[in-house]
Amino acid sequence: MNSTNRSALQASNREMPLLQQWMQQLHLDFPLLASVFILSLTGLFVLYSATGQDVAEVQKQAMRLGVGFVLMVFLAQLTPQTLQRWSPYLFMLAIILLILVLVAGVQVKGAQRWLDLYLFRFQPSELMKLVAPMALAWFLAETALPPRFVRLLASLILLAIPVVLVAVQPDLGTSLLIASSGFFVLFMAGLRWRILGGASLLLVIFAWPIWEYVLRDYQRRRVLTFLNPESDPLGAGYHIIQSKIAIGSGGLFGKGWLNGTQSQLDFLPERHTDFIFAVFSEEFGMIGAIMLLMLYLFIVLRGMFIAAQAKDSFSRLLAGSISLTFFVYIFVNMGMVSGLLPVVGVPLPLMSYGGTSIVTLLAGFGILMSIHTHRKMLSP
Amino acid sequence: MRREQLKDHHSEARLFSNRAIVSIIMILILITLLLTRLVYLQVIDHKYYTTLSNDNRVKLVPIGPTRGLIYDRNGIVLAENLAAYRLEIIPENVDDMEALLQQLATLVDIREHDLKQFRKALSQKRTFEHIPLRFRLDDHEVARISAIQHRLPGVQIVAGLSRHYPQGKTFAHVIGYVGRKDVQDLKLIDRTNYISTSHIGKSGIEKFYETHLHGSVGYQQVETNAQGRILRVLQQTQPTAGKDMHLTIDAPLQAIAEQALGEFNGSIVTIDPRNGQILTLVSNPGFDPNLFVNGIGYKEYQALNSSDSQPLYNRALLGRYPPGSTIKPFIGLAGLKYGITNEHYEVYCPGYYIIPFGEERKFRDWKRSGHGIVDLDDSITESCDVYFYDLALNLSIDRISPFLNSFGFGHKTAIDMPVENAGLLPSRDWKRQNRRQPWFPGETLNTGIGQGFLLATPLQLAHATATLANRGTAVQPYLSLDKDISTEQTSKDPLLASVEEHHWDYIIKSMTHVVHKHKGTARRIASDKFKIAGKTGTAQVFGIKQEEKYDAEAIDIKLRDHALFIAFAPAVKPRIAIAVVVENGGSGGAVAAPIAAKVIKHYMSKGSS
Repeated sequence: MNSTNRSALQASNREMPLLQQWMQQLHLDFPLLASVFILSLTGLFVLYSATGQDVAEVQKQAMRLGVGFVLMVFLAQLTPQTLQRWSPYLFMLAIILLILVLVAGVQVKGAQRWLDLYLFRFQPSELMKLVAPMALAWFLAETALPPRFVRLLASLILLAIPVVLVAVQPDLGTSLLIASSGFFVLFMAGLRWRILGGASLLLVIFAWPIWEYVLRDYQRRRVLTFLNPESDPLGAGYHIIQSKIAIGSGGLFGKGWLNGTQSQLDFLPERHTDFIFAVFSEEFGMIGAIMLLMLYLFIVLRGMFIAAQAKDSFSRLLAGSISLTFFVYIFVNMGMVSGLLPVVGVPLPLMSYGGTSIVTLLAGFGILMSIHTHRKMLSP
Repeated sequence: MRREQLKDHHSEARLFSNRAIVSIIMILILITLLLTRLVYLQVIDHKYYTTLSNDNRVKLVPIGPTRGLIYDRNGIVLAENLAAYRLEIIPENVDDMEALLQQLATLVDIREHDLKQFRKALSQKRTFEHIPLRFRLDDHEVARISAIQHRLPGVQIVAGLSRHYPQGKTFAHVIGYVGRKDVQDLKLIDRTNYISTSHIGKSGIEKFYETHLHGSVGYQQVETNAQGRILRVLQQTQPTAGKDMHLTIDAPLQAIAEQALGEFNGSIVTIDPRNGQILTLVSNPGFDPNLFVNGIGYKEYQALNSSDSQPLYNRALLGRYPPGSTIKPFIGLAGLKYGITNEHYEVYCPGYYIIPFGEERKFRDWKRSGHGIVDLDDSITESCDVYFYDLALNLSIDRISPFLNSFGFGHKTAIDMPVENAGLLPSRDWKRQNRRQPWFPGETLNTGIGQGFLLATPLQLAHATATLANRGTAVQPYLSLDKDISTEQTSKDPLLASVEEHHWDYIIKSMTHVVHKHKGTARRIASDKFKIAGKTGTAQVFGIKQEEKYDAEAIDIKLRDHALFIAFAPAVKPRIAIAVVVENGGSGGAVAAPIAAKVIKHYMSKGSS
């Protein structure tokens, strides 16, 4: 950082309102911070209702949010260049951790996802959600965009490693999220439409072998149940049926906070984790759901705006991927809860109860803020 | 860093912008998809999902009605509901189930069977549900548990109602009993109304007036959670209790009648001829209806069912007996009505009868030495068979059959009971259809003295006697005293209407001679206080060969004659009509008439009711 840059910064600061000055000094993006904060707060209220007014659970979630916010602020202080430099090493570390999980991980509900670090349990796949697009963005930003075919192939292999490692845990939801975050990097980098079309065609061709040999029994059942939930109303279809009842009975204005019978009377399973949107929609109705959706949309668009404003390829690709992946979370979760998509274990960002995912998401926003608040220093 | 220089920053930024715009368009499309889905679920299908949501949480819990009580005409309780206690356990409140079960076993009698049922329910039901361990605790068991109940969390004593018949076997055949509803019952009833009713009338009044006694079910609308635990009551519709019933039965009189019959198998039916009210309906032996309420054991049932005396058999309504000589007043009346005989017509009785111009077959009189020269009055008083052989032959079955039919023989009385037998009134047509044989004159003779094919239930006999007492006006016999469910009916058969008054006078007077004349077959029951009009009967259970002598002492008790007696009193303005059938009792005059007399005298001494 040289002195000309600093004075230029101070000069521009003088024209800004005080709040924005503060934000710039802390390297925070106010619209993003405010919307994420409102979302988190809303999440705590809904969680209070969904857990049957369990204050202890809400406190735990608030703690996690706190940790996430600290990490977000910390990451916002780093320059994108630092992140870019670290990317390959972080990626390698994450791969090692994923292999460690498979070898020495803790089994929870039949899936091996956790590393027991004595102090806390850690899910390396969550780290990979951020590190995989970082590594890919770093790799692609090395050369001019759009990438040549060889580099594209190499980056696909690079992406395939974590995707496969997570898929065999098995954690199809996270694996798909990592794959899509990587795909978004490639897409933003200018992946040619021809290749995209060809890949889609291949996917269709390979759909049957994947169905038959790759997917596990419970995953196949989820898809089948999604296609016809009534076929197993008390078993696998129960989630979707009860969730649709919750959302549908909420109506336009909802049953009111703490008054959702589907959630308060235990009919809705997984209501404080993956199905929290059903609780929200039941209690706040369509009006509430649309407002929530708009808030999410605002965050996504703000992320895309930040990406567009970025001055270097790495930042653009990373910011675009983070924003679009965030949208994938929202769409997959809401789609699943409302019965549009099969049940995949994807939480509703910042609302669902659960540790690592919240921290990862907030860390992602930290990176977005870092990209946005450090861009001026690059411009000459 | 060398590669960095090859980059064209502007084109890269443009490329990115293009891709970002494509992405945003995709995002907006997908958001629209989500919004459409929300509109679909929350607006278009909102009602449907609201219904499902309410179905989820709102459950209907039925509340069974209390069964109506049954009283006799004096207000004496014949069927009541008693508190019955059962022991229940709520598993979620119990820390150590095994220890608790062991402790309970020291307080109440817990059988292997109870334990097995309990464990089965324990594994199937939810932990907050009440699981019964023992039913019908006795008072001591209730006391022992109650004393230390505060130290037995999760243990409950629950009071329910159980049907009880305080008079036991005396009214078993009238009241019948209730039992657990079964598959057969389910076909006949409104299942919704019986959803929380465990018992249903199986026989007698309990069955016939089931709807009346049962009442209708009530409901509680409750909110439950996903586990089915009731959280609160939203709405309640009280059940309508079953209506109480008063019967025409006179309980003390029934007890007297049962007592009078003693160890004999048989039946006593008493009717008030003025209105058709059944005063007693005794079928001996009875059984304890309380055994059936909560399920009778196999052994106990076998004992009842295979007993020679058939206690479960309702003789008053189902027993078919030859009326024997009790038919004679009716035949005599027919003879007078059709002019076959008159007050002066006499017959010589040598102790047997031979059909004129027929076979050389002797139809014997019960009195082997014969009654000598007898008119109709003598023949009823002394019960001369020969006179009635002659009369019946001259009447012919074609006149006897319709005439007896107008007294109710051969068809059901339509009493308010679930089962009843029509008896058997033979006719020429009947024989052709059922036996594919022509009618023989000898069979007319047998019919004339109440033997042969002719069969009647005790109720039919009592009913015919009441019609006789009413000089042809038939009253519909009934058991329910409650006006809204039974209707008093009288009717006069045109055939009986055409019988002249002085013919009725003659027959009724002859019947009083049976009791009050020194030659009367029931003279031993005569009373000074009032006149009884009666007729004895002794019905053969098996045929006696031509020259064989009937010796009561020598033959098996099962083959002994049935003793019968019909009567009404007082002879003028009668208030009671009675039919007594004593199976294998021997002589009607010696056995059946005194039994009837006890009932009549008790009834008359009480005065008019």
